[in-house]
Amino acid sequence: MKLPNKLFRQGLKPLIFIVLLIPALHLGWGLWYETLGANPFEAIIRGLGDWALRILLLTLAVSPLRRLTNWGQLLRLRRMLGLYAYFYAVLHLLGYLLFEQFFDWTEIWYDITERPFITVGMLAILLLTPLAITSTKGMIRRMGKNWKRLHLLIYPIALLSVLHFFWMVKLDISEPVLYTLILVVLLGERFVNSLRRSTP
Amino acid sequence: MRIQKNKVLTDNDVTDYSVYNNRRQFMKTAAGLGLIAATGGIIQPSFAKVGAGRFSTNEKSTPYKDISSYCNFYEFGTGKSDPKKNAHSLITSPWSVSIEGECEKPGKYDLEDLLKLMSIEERNYRFRCVEGWSMVIPWMGFPLAELIKRMKPTSNAKYVYFETLHDPKQMPGQKSSVLDWPYTEGLRMDEAMNPLTLIATGIYGKELLNQNGAPLRLVVPWKYGFKSIKSIAKIRFMKEQPMNSWQKANMTEYGFFSNVNPQVNHPRWTQRKERRIGEFRKRKTLMFNGYAEQVASLYKGMDLKKNF
Repeated sequence: MKLPNKLFRQGLKPLIFIVLLIPALHLGWGLWYETLGANPFEAIIRGLGDWALRILLLTLAVSPLRRLTNWGQLLRLRRMLGLYAYFYAVLHLLGYLLFEQFFDWTEIWYDITERPFITVGMLAILLLTPLAITSTKGMIRRMGKNWKRLHLLIYPIALLSVLHFFWMVKLDISEPVLYTLILVVLLGERFVNSLRRSTP
Repeated sequence: MRIQKNKVLTDNDVTDYSVYNNRRQFMKTAAGLGLIAATGGIIQPSFAKVGAGRFSTNEKSTPYKDISSYCNFYEFGTGKSDPKKNAHSLITSPWSVSIEGECEKPGKYDLEDLLKLMSIEERNYRFRCVEGWSMVIPWMGFPLAELIKRMKPTSNAKYVYFETLHDPKQMPGQKSSVLDWPYTEGLRMDEAMNPLTLIATGIYGKELLNQNGAPLRLVVPWKYGFKSIKSIAKIRFMKEQPMNSWQKANMTEYGFFSNVNPQVNHPRWTQRKERRIGEFRKRKTLMFNGYAEQVASLYKGMDLKKNF
């Protein structure tokens, strides 16, 4: 499967760019027009977190989908998806810092050191930062083999993100379970694929 | 059997806050003049007394729209907006409450008969959820102590146990095993008899909406919200301390007492602060949710870190 390069570059890619911006605009709109319910700040923080995780999983779905469909161009969407995951994660963090803590650094430090779900969330976004910084073409070229090594961090980051969700929910773990299952499938495909490649 | 279609209130059906507040002010003045008997019935049929000032906070009540749309009532789903969407299937009339256990007057009581014995008053209470948000709710109801006295508990009655209706047809959330149904709660007898402890039948002068625990619920304002069990179908006087649903769900995170306490954090999140619904900056959480003066003596000598 292959789209004409021009259609891919000027059609599909910009389209996906706009589509992934919609959740952020929707939440911003909701905050402004007060349609997010009784606790809009919670809705914003959770909504941004949801989308960060969803897009992170979407990023991890690129390689399996490419193998499944034999559609090589998909790989050229991966950087944009990864950067979008980072974008939502940063907004999620800013939402927490502003709405949840109002930049009360003492409380924030308590949270990081005493609340495991905050600890792993912070760790995930910390690890995601170098991946975002090194996502440029120049960096990929300069880092060579090390780039690939560094970007293996995406796997622990995904696990930490799901764990962050598990430890945050009060009782109903159905949503984190769903995301975990998706992650298991995405990682499982890689495992099976690596086995297939090592046995000629 | 006549099945009454439950009326769904819209925001327009509900008294505007300022009108309500004026009315409340009027009632207070009227009470001062001894004219209250003449105005009884404005708010609820059995409304006779204006909430005693020493129990009501003068903080601004949370808008009715928020109280009725942001609810934890897992019997109708685990999302905050689920109860408002799904609670219409609950039939609250007729309703009976079964009184059991260590008392002289056990039996199945029709709610209407029970309410005839009680005078409804208004209590503007702070309400703090274990999740870290809070509201101020103008409840209508009667002190639980009034009901308990009439049931004449024996000297064996050390605890009061409560149970919500268990009927997955009316409460679709009970089809999922997220909690061990029916929802149960318990209070020590002295907690139950404390004048702050209320059985609520209304909010903002209106009968309770299903999503808020119609037709009657417990309100224990110095404890986390989950202690204030909704849609009560059974009350039992007990010798032994009963288990509550959240204890059963997670013993390490939820205890029997569950008093609001900013010094004792939930194992996974802080309890030092709370988000008052409608406010931007978080507030500091108060010991016993600001009711220490009335209830701190109940827990004298107890280690509240252990008895969380």
